[in-house]
Amino acid sequence: MERTSPTPPGAHEESVAASTRAARPTLALLDYGMGNLRSVARAWEHVGAAVRIIDGPDGAQSADALVFPGQGAIVDTMERLRETKLDRLIRDWVAADRPFFGICLGLQALFTHSEEGDTPGLDIFPGYVRRFRPDPLAGVKVPHMGWNPVCFPRATNALGAHPPPTAQFYFVHSYFAEPAHPELVFGETDYAGLTFCSAIARGRLVATQFHPEKSQQAGLDLYRRFLDAL
Amino acid sequence: MLSVRIIPCLDVNAGRVVKGVRFESLRDAGDPVAIARAYQEQGADELVFLDITASSDGRGIMREIVEATASQCFMPLTVGGGLRSLEDVRAMLNAGADKISLNTSALLDPDLVSAASNRFGNQCIVVAIDAKRRADGSGWEVYTHGGRRPTGRDAIAWAREVADRGAGEILLTSMDADGTKDGYDIALTRTLSDAVTVPVIASGGAGTLDHLVEAVAAGHASAVLAASIFHFGEFSVAEAKTHMAARGIPVRTL
Repeated sequence: MERTSPTPPGAHEESVAASTRAARPTLALLDYGMGNLRSVARAWEHVGAAVRIIDGPDGAQSADALVFPGQGAIVDTMERLRETKLDRLIRDWVAADRPFFGICLGLQALFTHSEEGDTPGLDIFPGYVRRFRPDPLAGVKVPHMGWNPVCFPRATNALGAHPPPTAQFYFVHSYFAEPAHPELVFGETDYAGLTFCSAIARGRLVATQFHPEKSQQAGLDLYRRFLDAL
Repeated sequence: MLSVRIIPCLDVNAGRVVKGVRFESLRDAGDPVAIARAYQEQGADELVFLDITASSDGRGIMREIVEATASQCFMPLTVGGGLRSLEDVRAMLNAGADKISLNTSALLDPDLVSAASNRFGNQCIVVAIDAKRRADGSGWEVYTHGGRRPTGRDAIAWAREVADRGAGEILLTSMDADGTKDGYDIALTRTLSDAVTVPVIASGGAGTLDHLVEAVAAGHASAVLAASIFHFGEFSVAEAKTHMAARGIPVRTL
């Protein structure tokens, strides 16, 4: 793995301005045709990344990190990942422990299997993705939609030395991951009495069930931590 | 615990916010992008843009506004009004809307709800229902055209149908309460919220901060939408949240 060490953005505004713009870390953002990437790209650019949108394995290798966004149905997502051969890229990238950020379906697809359409996932992590059981009278609506606190019980190298502070993030999803290995859990959230895994981390990989790009300052802060740790 | 969302709604006509928003900090009371930014700073949880442009050539402007807003505001944005086809929906999502709202077009062609949900995911399909209490007290009927045209459809049955078809959320407006500032129609909100498994946004009638509390505590709404109480500076979103939190409703504070 060859790459120059990028200057962390934000923290050293002056030195960044004095050096070349090429020092900005480059993120390869996966485009597999499942929706609009604009919000995700803008948020990363806002915190100082250069974003390269890729629709196949080419163009990823020189990037500093891979970002796997996701929305819609996991059946279509898995199909598109296979067609574009991005499934292989993701597996190899994670196996090499290169920096990786997954968002929403970009978390769920990493697991063995999803209840949604009885769909096999990438099986990078053992575990199942299950649907929330709606109970309107108990306040359990599905999708789980809106802002909910995420508690980060530990730190991860992918986001710096300290765990991020507990903060509210924006969620919109009907399914949640249940990792077979509890040590994978990086964030936890309560929904009407059910505590579910809202973020995972291992090595230089982090993935969130919530949408940092829709979570105002709390979300941008998380992206900034990821860039700073590159 | 999931927070109750507070959602300001802006009516946009040919690229300008109708009636305007009166904040001291705001130089242009009609600029939707500036208003969206101001609401983000107040702590609004989402925003709704309702396109009330009558002519079809004004619709391109709405996409430009959505693009500009999405590039400056890192918060969820719903756009409704005049979306009639999958292509309209796709164009608005590509412009940067997180969710789109269907109303009349869903009533004319319920398959549009299913098709849009299958294609883009239920997380981004909202169905807006304008309901009016039946004179004989037998529930609520769905109306179109700002409450002038009855459809013959029962609001609760219609809500169940669109949820089954894949709407991820319902935006419920009481045409009786809308504009009165006397409070939301709590019976309607509660009956409909309890009848569907998807979240319901209560709309129409907010005049005081206690009305927002009632819509949630008694009406079982997952979110409250309001326009004039925020637009004219009577209350800020932050004040609304402080009030709701003091009454035991979970909200997100900045």
